[in-house]
Amino acid sequence: MNLKSEAFTDSNKAMSSYLSPLVREIPSSGIRKFFDLVGSNKDIITLGVGEPDFTTPWHMREACVYSLERGFTSYTSNAGTPELREAISEYLNEQFDVRYDPKKEIIVTVGGSEAIDLALRALIVPGDEILVPEPCYISYSPITSIGGGIPVGIETFAKDEFKLTAEALEAKITPKSKVLILCYPSNPTGATMTYEDWLPIAELVEKHDLIVISDEIYAELNYGDKHVSFASVPGMMDRTILVSGFSKAFAMTGWRIGYTCGHPDLIAAMLKIHQYTVMCAPSMGQVAALEGLRNGLGEKDRMVEAYNQRRRLMVEGFRDIGLECHEPRGAFYVFPSIQSTGLSSDEFAQRLLTEAKVAAVPGNVFGLGGEGYLRCSYATSVGQLTEALDRIGHFVEKVKKEG
Amino acid sequence: MTELDDLKLKVLELLKEDARRTPTLLATLLGVDEQDVCKSIKELEDQHVIVKYAAVVNWDKVDDEKVTALIEVQITPERGRGFEGIAERIYLYPQVKSVYLMSGAYDLLVEVEGRNLREVANFVSEKLSPIDSVLSTKTNFTLKKYKQDGIIFEDHQEDNRLMISP
Repeated sequence: MNLKSEAFTDSNKAMSSYLSPLVREIPSSGIRKFFDLVGSNKDIITLGVGEPDFTTPWHMREACVYSLERGFTSYTSNAGTPELREAISEYLNEQFDVRYDPKKEIIVTVGGSEAIDLALRALIVPGDEILVPEPCYISYSPITSIGGGIPVGIETFAKDEFKLTAEALEAKITPKSKVLILCYPSNPTGATMTYEDWLPIAELVEKHDLIVISDEIYAELNYGDKHVSFASVPGMMDRTILVSGFSKAFAMTGWRIGYTCGHPDLIAAMLKIHQYTVMCAPSMGQVAALEGLRNGLGEKDRMVEAYNQRRRLMVEGFRDIGLECHEPRGAFYVFPSIQSTGLSSDEFAQRLLTEAKVAAVPGNVFGLGGEGYLRCSYATSVGQLTEALDRIGHFVEKVKKEG
Repeated sequence: MTELDDLKLKVLELLKEDARRTPTLLATLLGVDEQDVCKSIKELEDQHVIVKYAAVVNWDKVDDEKVTALIEVQITPERGRGFEGIAERIYLYPQVKSVYLMSGAYDLLVEVEGRNLREVANFVSEKLSPIDSVLSTKTNFTLKKYKQDGIIFEDHQEDNRLMISP
């Protein structure tokens, strides 16, 4: 710290006291604490990574390089290049049977994360309750709180394959409920929802006049029935803000290209925030994404097939070890129960790291219903997964002997 | 030409990535019975689709001096047999590692391996060139191998992803 800032701090008050209480009061993420712990260990096999192990397909990288050579380096229009929005519109229509007007109903964002932030900021009036089925992606609740909303967790259970049920949702709805955030296929459980699963949820959304933010970033990574977008359920199109992107299915995490679609009034409001904060998504990333939609669907399918193979390996592996493991139908995570070992999620994950050199994320960091589980990503090679399962097997054997 | 079913194609792809994968592992990855995998592998071996299980070796890493040359060979095809007879005559030499019939400026591409330059040169001058149908040879010595069978030799790409991410 330099002299000026020391003097400032000494003579006044702690710097942190200047922070907005909304930010100050957000607890630091459990995943971050675990991240620090992993950082100090060596020779680890990690099942903790929430991103593909594939590199963005070459032709997409090449399209980006070529665009740079031609000097395509300026801002794009705020909502994204017209070509990319057009391609997204066609893709969603063909793949998931939802039709959005590329001119008024789509914004290309800086990853799916920005899209979720835009949606919440556009919708939340301080005091609004935001319903979040848990265990879930760790960012929904903090972003809600930063926006002045009140996150309300809805616990989901392995016996229901971690699906959201209408009963559980209705039990948490109050007059202050405004938004329901959905993430199916789910990070961290791999749960998916069918059309029949969605119908009673849609009824409640209608009945209680809710807006839905449907995070469908893992839509393509679906290994059972075809993914059903919540927006495609009758009557839900106008109530749904669909969020997706290229990170997972097209192996483009670092490019930060996502998108969001919805009713023109909602999209117009989100575009206001987007244009004053980030202006537009990176132009070169938009070029690569466009190339992916035009010529990369085969590559995408090849990656999905590889994930599916690893998924089978992991589920069977955990069951052979003697840990209960529901069958995930989407994303690239398995969420085995470690309750039979008698250890908490934190204890299990920490000991697994130090004693067996395998990093996985304790389930409790994902909210209600996550305690007693472990999130293991299979976005890594078959060789690494086989070795990790072997180590986990020996570790569980040892723990059970202790008990 | 053998028409392969979907399972056999997938088995081939997985074994091409790593030939040491067991039928048990392949069955798990593909979500099928182990017996079906074993049957597929047996048939692929019998049909000579799977020819051999071998390691891809980067000899540059090994202190075992070897020289490889790719020799472009122009030949006169034989009446009735075309290029087959002459190709066979060439590929039966143990120092010949591969032979391809090519379109373009020459007819056969012959990969030859020897302990040193002289050994390869002797093979060309004493064995290959004197064959009646051989019109000309052009020997290209390999200086470094970067990629073979889709495997990049110097590609020790670290996993740069965060160890834990949301």
